[in-house]
Amino acid sequence: MTSRRVDVTPAAAGMLQELAATNGPLMFHQSGGCCDGSSPMCYPVGMFRTGQSDVLLGALEVEGIAPVEVFMSKSQFEYWKYTHLTIDLVNGRGSGFSLEAPEGKRFMIRSRMLTDEELDFFGLIPAVPDTAAALT
Amino acid sequence: MTLTADSALEQQPEETPKASSTVYAQPGTAGAVMSYRGRYDNFIGGEYVPPANGKYFEDITPVTGKPFCEIARGTAPDVDAAVAAGWKAFPAWGKTSPAERANILNKIADRMEQNLELLAVAETWENGKPVRETLAADIPLAIDHFRYFAGALRAQEGGVSVIDEDTIAYHFHEPLGVVGQIIPWNFPILMAVWKLAPALAAGNCIVLKPAEQTPASIHVWMDLVRDLLPPGVLNIVNGFGIEAGAPLASNPKIRKIAFTGETTTGRLIMQYASENLIPVTLELGGKSPNVFFEDVAAQKDSFYDKALEGFTFFALNQGEVCTCPSRALVQKSIYDGFVADGLDRVKKVKQGNPLDLSTMIGAQASNDQLEKILSYMDIGKQEGAKLLIGGERADLGGDLTDGYYVQPTVFEGQNKMRIFQEEIFGPVLALTSFTDFDDAISIANDTLYGLGAGVWSRNGSQLYRAGRAIEAGRVWSNTYHQYPAHAAFGGYKQSGIGRENHKMMLDHYQQTKNLLVSYAEGPMGFF
Repeated sequence: MTSRRVDVTPAAAGMLQELAATNGPLMFHQSGGCCDGSSPMCYPVGMFRTGQSDVLLGALEVEGIAPVEVFMSKSQFEYWKYTHLTIDLVNGRGSGFSLEAPEGKRFMIRSRMLTDEELDFFGLIPAVPDTAAALT
Repeated sequence: MTLTADSALEQQPEETPKASSTVYAQPGTAGAVMSYRGRYDNFIGGEYVPPANGKYFEDITPVTGKPFCEIARGTAPDVDAAVAAGWKAFPAWGKTSPAERANILNKIADRMEQNLELLAVAETWENGKPVRETLAADIPLAIDHFRYFAGALRAQEGGVSVIDEDTIAYHFHEPLGVVGQIIPWNFPILMAVWKLAPALAAGNCIVLKPAEQTPASIHVWMDLVRDLLPPGVLNIVNGFGIEAGAPLASNPKIRKIAFTGETTTGRLIMQYASENLIPVTLELGGKSPNVFFEDVAAQKDSFYDKALEGFTFFALNQGEVCTCPSRALVQKSIYDGFVADGLDRVKKVKQGNPLDLSTMIGAQASNDQLEKILSYMDIGKQEGAKLLIGGERADLGGDLTDGYYVQPTVFEGQNKMRIFQEEIFGPVLALTSFTDFDDAISIANDTLYGLGAGVWSRNGSQLYRAGRAIEAGRVWSNTYHQYPAHAAFGGYKQSGIGRENHKMMLDHYQQTKNLLVSYAEGPMGFF
C-alpha cells in the first residue's frame, strides 16, 4: 500500500478550485513562527521560491485543477514527520500573503499521529520518540 | 508585558474596587471614552483617500465576534500612490534638522499621553487584550518609544577618521528614503511604533501596512497626531497581505522593508528584497524557553512568588507574543512542588471581558487564531502530552459568548513534541523537566527559533552562564516580558534579522555617507 502525508478536506478543496480559477496552478508552503505562523500558506505557483531547504510532502489531488504541491522547510519537517496533515478551511481574517484571506477564509492544518502502518511506509518505525519514558 | 517602575499594573485591582467603575463601555456606546468611525480609508499624502477599487472589508472585535467598522481594501495602485506620496515628501523631510524631528516625536508622545485611555480602549476593542495591559503596557511603552528615539537622534554622532595627516574620512548618517513596514496584529499600536519611531527619527518617509486583523486602531492614533507630521511622511495602506502587503514588499521604489510575522512570509519578503536589492529587518517569532533552576525554590519568599509569576507569564496577552515563554523547563529536584504552585497561580488568572480592569486574560485576536490554538490542543493530546489545566475554549456568556476566549492551558510532555516546537500563539504552556545545567541548556536550545528566553536562579553565576549559553537574542534573567526602549530586541536562528528597541535601530534606517577628503596641497603623483 502507499501512504500519504497530506490530505485536504472538501471545504479546503472547494476553496482551492475557486482560487485556481483566478490564479492558475497553486502550491502550499507550511509556515512556522509568529502571528499568522504555523499555518499553510497558499500561493500561485512561481510566487514563492522553494529550494534546498524545503521538503515536498506530497501533492493534493483536487478535481478540475492541477495537483497542489505542499512544501515545508526541512528543519521544521524534522519535528513534524510523525504526523499526518490535513489542510482544512475555517472562517478567518488574514494570513500573511496567502491567497484565501480576502475571501474571509483561512486554510488551517489539522494533524493526527501517523499510524504504525504509515510509520512503516515512511521508514520511521525505529525513530519514534518514546514519550512515556521521557516523562518519568 | 510589564515595563516601568510606575507601571499601573500592580496598582489597579486594589484601587478600583467598584465593579461598575472598572468596566469601560464598549466603543461607540453611551459613556464610552472613544468611538471608531464607521469607515477608514487609506491615509495617503496627509489625506484619507478611498481605495482605488472602491472595496472595503469588515473589522471584527474579538471581544464579541461582531464587526464594528469598515476598512479600505487597498491594492497595488493604492500602494503605488502611497509610495509616490512618500517620495514627494522625502526631499523636505529628510533635510529637517534632528532637533526638529525629535521635537515632532516628543509632541506625538505628549499627544498620546493626553489620550492614553482613548488609545488603550481602542486597542483593546480591536485586539481583545485586557485593557489593564493596554493602559499599563502597550500605550505607555509606545509613548516612551517615541521619546527614546527623539533622544537617541539628538545624541547620535557621525564619525571622523584620520587616514593620514592630509586625508580625512567623514561619516554622515543619511535617511534611506521611502521605507515599507508591515505590522502584526498582536500589539497593533506598539508594534507599529517600534518601527515608526526609529524610521521617522532617521528622516525616512513611510508606507505602513497594518495587519488586516487589527487595521483600525492605528487610524485612531493617526487621527490624534496627523497635524504634527507633514503630509506624505507617513502613509497607511490597509488591506490583505496578498493584495496590499505583497505589492508593498515588492515595490521597486521602496528602500527598505521591515516585517514582523512568520517564517514563510519572511522568506517571501527576503525574496522580494533580493529582487530589489534592498535591506530587510525581520522578526519572526519563537518558542521561548523559561528555565527554572532548583535554587528558585530554596525559600518560599518574595523571589519565589516572582518566579511563579514568571511561570504564568505564558498567559500574558493571551499568549499572543512572539516571545511568549511557551516552554517551561523546571529542574527535576523541585518539579512537583514548583509545578503545583505554578498551576495554583495559573488558576488565579482571571478571564473575562477585556474592557474590565480586573480582567487578566482576554480574547484571542481572531477566529482563525482560536481555531489554530484548539487544533494544537488536539495534537498535544494525540502526541501523549498530559493536560494539567485548561485545554478548552472558554464561553463567557452574554454578549461575550461569540468572542474568541481560550482557557489558560498547561501540557506536560517532552521537547520533541510538536506543541514544544511550534509557536501556538495562544495561552498554552508546554512543560517539561531537566536534570542539570547542561540538560537545561540542551533542551532550551533544541528549537528552530531564538528570540526570547527566561532564566530563573538565585545564583548569579548560574544565571549569567545560562543566559550566555542560550541561543536567543533576549534572555530575561530573573524577570520576563519587560520591553523597555534601550534594550536591544531581536532574534537568533530562524527568529529573524536585525534588532529593534535600541538606538542601533537608527542604523537599520540609515545610509552611511562617507566623504573622503584630501587636504593635501599637491597631486598624488600618478599622472
